Amino acid sequence: MFEVLEANNLAPDVRYLRVRAPKIARRRKPGQFVIVRASSTGERIPLTIADADATQGWIALICQGVGKTTRQLNTLGAGDRIPDVAGPLGMPSRIERYGNVVVIGGGVGTAIAYPTAAALKQAGNRVVAIIGGRSREYVILQQEMQAVSDEVYPTTDDGSLGYHGLVTDKLADLIATGPPIDLVLAIGPIPMMRAVADLTRPHHIETVVSLNPIMVDGTGMCGGCRVEVGGETRFACVDGPEFDAHLVDFDLLTRRNRAYRDFEQRRLEEWETAQAGISQ
Amino acid sequence: MNELTRKERMQLSRVTMPEQDPDSRRQNFTEVNLGLTPELAIEEARRCLMCRRPVCIDGCPVEIRITDFIGLVAEGEFDQAAKVIKEDNSLPAICGRVCPQENQCEGACVLARKDKPIAIGALERFVADFERDHNLMAAASPIPRTGRRVAVVGSGPAGLACATDLARFGHDVTVFEALHELGGVLVYGIPEFRLPKEIVRTEIAQLEDMGVEFVTNAVIGMIDSIDDLLGEEGYDAVFVGVGAGLPRFPKIPGENLIGVYSANEFLTRVNLMRAYLADSDTPLLELRGRNVAVFGGGNTAMDAVRTALRLGAAQASIIYRRSEQEMPARLEEVHHARQEGVRFRMLAIPVEFLGNADGFLKGVRLQRMELGEPDEGGRRRPVPVPGSEWLEDVDVAVVAIGNSPNPLLGKTAPDLEETPWGTLVTDEATGRTTKEGVFAGGDIVTGGATVILAMGAGRTAAASIHEYLRTGVWDVPDEPVEVPG
Ligand SMILES: Cc1cc2nc3c(=O)[nH]c(=O)nc-3n(C[C@H](O)[C@H](O)[C@H](O)COP(=O)(O)OP(=O)(O)OC[C@H]3O[C@@H](n4cnc5c(N)ncnc54)[C@H](O)[C@@H]3O)c2cc1C
Ligand code: SF4
Ligand code: FES
Repeated sequence: MFEVLEANNLAPDVRYLRVRAPKIARRRKPGQFVIVRASSTGERIPLTIADADATQGWIALICQGVGKTTRQLNTLGAGDRIPDVAGPLGMPSRIERYGNVVVIGGGVGTAIAYPTAAALKQAGNRVVAIIGGRSREYVILQQEMQAVSDEVYPTTDDGSLGYHGLVTDKLADLIATGPPIDLVLAIGPIPMMRAVADLTRPHHIETVVSLNPIMVDGTGMCGGCRVEVGGETRFACVDGPEFDAHLVDFDLLTRRNRAYRDFEQRRLEEWETAQAGISQ
Repeated sequence: MNELTRKERMQLSRVTMPEQDPDSRRQNFTEVNLGLTPELAIEEARRCLMCRRPVCIDGCPVEIRITDFIGLVAEGEFDQAAKVIKEDNSLPAICGRVCPQENQCEGACVLARKDKPIAIGALERFVADFERDHNLMAAASPIPRTGRRVAVVGSGPAGLACATDLARFGHDVTVFEALHELGGVLVYGIPEFRLPKEIVRTEIAQLEDMGVEFVTNAVIGMIDSIDDLLGEEGYDAVFVGVGAGLPRFPKIPGENLIGVYSANEFLTRVNLMRAYLADSDTPLLELRGRNVAVFGGGNTAMDAVRTALRLGAAQASIIYRRSEQEMPARLEEVHHARQEGVRFRMLAIPVEFLGNADGFLKGVRLQRMELGEPDEGGRRRPVPVPGSEWLEDVDVAVVAIGNSPNPLLGKTAPDLEETPWGTLVTDEATGRTTKEGVFAGGDIVTGGATVILAMGAGRTAAASIHEYLRTGVWDVPDEPVEVPG
């Protein structure tokens, strides 16, 4: 059992969970994830380790409530327990001195990008962060990003905070007017990552994305997380989750992530009905 | 007492294992075989000729004293019989259910020539179940502790057997398991209707009673490397029993369509994650009324196809590239599958999976094969027949064409030498790897094999780990090592 030490909402339906896991905290590297099971009948889902403190023995998970499991996790508060947390899993982000790096986070993607941004900064890169959201309340970790970046550009679809437009609009600006970019790291919804890849491809800017296929074990045992990169099948949980954005088959990823949509919808509705019953 | 003459005994026929009726069991996940009654067990045991040279024992990979235990069964001394088996096999309730007896003890039995070998597997299962159901499992007697610590990586049959013996030697044993449940293939692969999970849990509870510690969610190589275990974690030796868990795919177009599962994924969703139960949050594609094709001819393929039937598939087929004789599955599973209505299509391979616009599998292009010259293993090699392709409708395909070792652990321990197939190099007699203090056994060494071989390898390694801890000598010892009773 893994104890929740602290929990609070960062945005509507986006929760920060600080979880006691001393061993994982010590071993994890930026870009890695854990597999979490929220209950004894629960499914296994991957969540990126958004932060960790080795001396205090905790890891931070940032969870967007989209289905039953993530909603369930988002009801947890300090003192609650998570039955299973396994990790760290996946390949760590490649941290090098690239030069000028642009880190793009869309929605909760910002939480996933944050530890890698911090490590890139520490490795001596100039880090520019573009963090986007639908509107101001969906832009998360602005202060944290500020602390590890040379420049931070929040963007919102409705203009309620920062740049009025998409993260790709801001990136296009930077490509056109800023110093040459050596690496783009983009983490967020699939359409966003695809748009970033399409934008940087003609400029030959090395671009890395973190993929989020459906997983089961997270150790390379089931192949459920298959993605295609450069025409080759890879297991995202062990070969990734980060891949060369210009080689990723985003269509395939989009389709495969929809495999269980009906089931997920049904489960969510059942759970919400049950929750409503409890709170009455 | 066995008053019958040899000749009379040879006239008797083999008892039939009582089983659930195919029509009803096709709809449930409870065990197919119901087990022998004490009367049936005695009747069967009395058929045994008590051969002076019991060839059945030669056929058993761990050399259970078969005649001794069968003699005790004939006399109704079931708990004594269980003790005899347990001297050589620590997991008889499991092996009695899943061993390929027709290739082992029963295949060797002199009565096999008359097509009615003694039902050794059924008897083994009977005495183990009898012992468990009557709470006769011996409580662990306190053992003097040695103070030495051993880490066992993986909780499949190899790891469990190794841990059992190490605990009996008095060592402090910690088993690390990557998944959230213990048992390896026994829980994530083999379905409930063939091996009830309660049996695996009982075995593990016994180990816990003996003081063995279990750590789940511990992916060794990621959270601790083998060097960490031997270094800062303070273990004196490590046993690696991580199995062969990397699924193979045929590498044909369309294999990433939704609906093409590896057998590992399909079975893990159903068994480990219990997708067959209404309250499980783990999804599985709808199988009710659908066409399911399973590719392969081993136990894994049989388990997958019979699982598909139980989940409501309208048609569930086995598609295998060789002929039925070459299928590596246990005979009983093939027989049960056929009774349940599985369709067998031999001598065919998939060459392409076809899908709809949303990326869901809709069909498969198959190609006919014919048997050519024998390969290195002596089985006739299947060769494609040119121009013999045809299309079939399929909604869900399960690929069960074998597993390779998972490279995850090996990548973090470069000094563990691997074969070109990714299995670990070990000394067969002792289970020593190329790294001092590290032993290995089971599927990670042999590639996908059997429960009994994994268990045997775990025990062999436990004996040499004990020897290593006692002497501190890593070189191969001269005297044979002893296995605890
Ligand atoms: C579906 C199926 C049906 C089968 N049916 C039969 C049958 O009827 N009869 C028969 O004799 N054999 C059968 N087999 C084969 C048999 O199950 C295996 O040969 C046997 O389980 C191998 O045992 P093992 O202990 O080596 O590995 P496994 O049972 O594979 O156990 C390995 C364990 O190690 C864990 N692990 C892996 N990596 C790590 C890591 N890095 N850190 C920590 N833990 C790790 C795994 O999660 C797993 O729990 C079947 C296999 C399958 C897949
Ligand atoms: S070979 Fe068959 S008949 Fe002979 S002892 Fe073994 S089980 Fe009995
Ligand atoms: S999640 Fe099972 S192999 Fe990646």
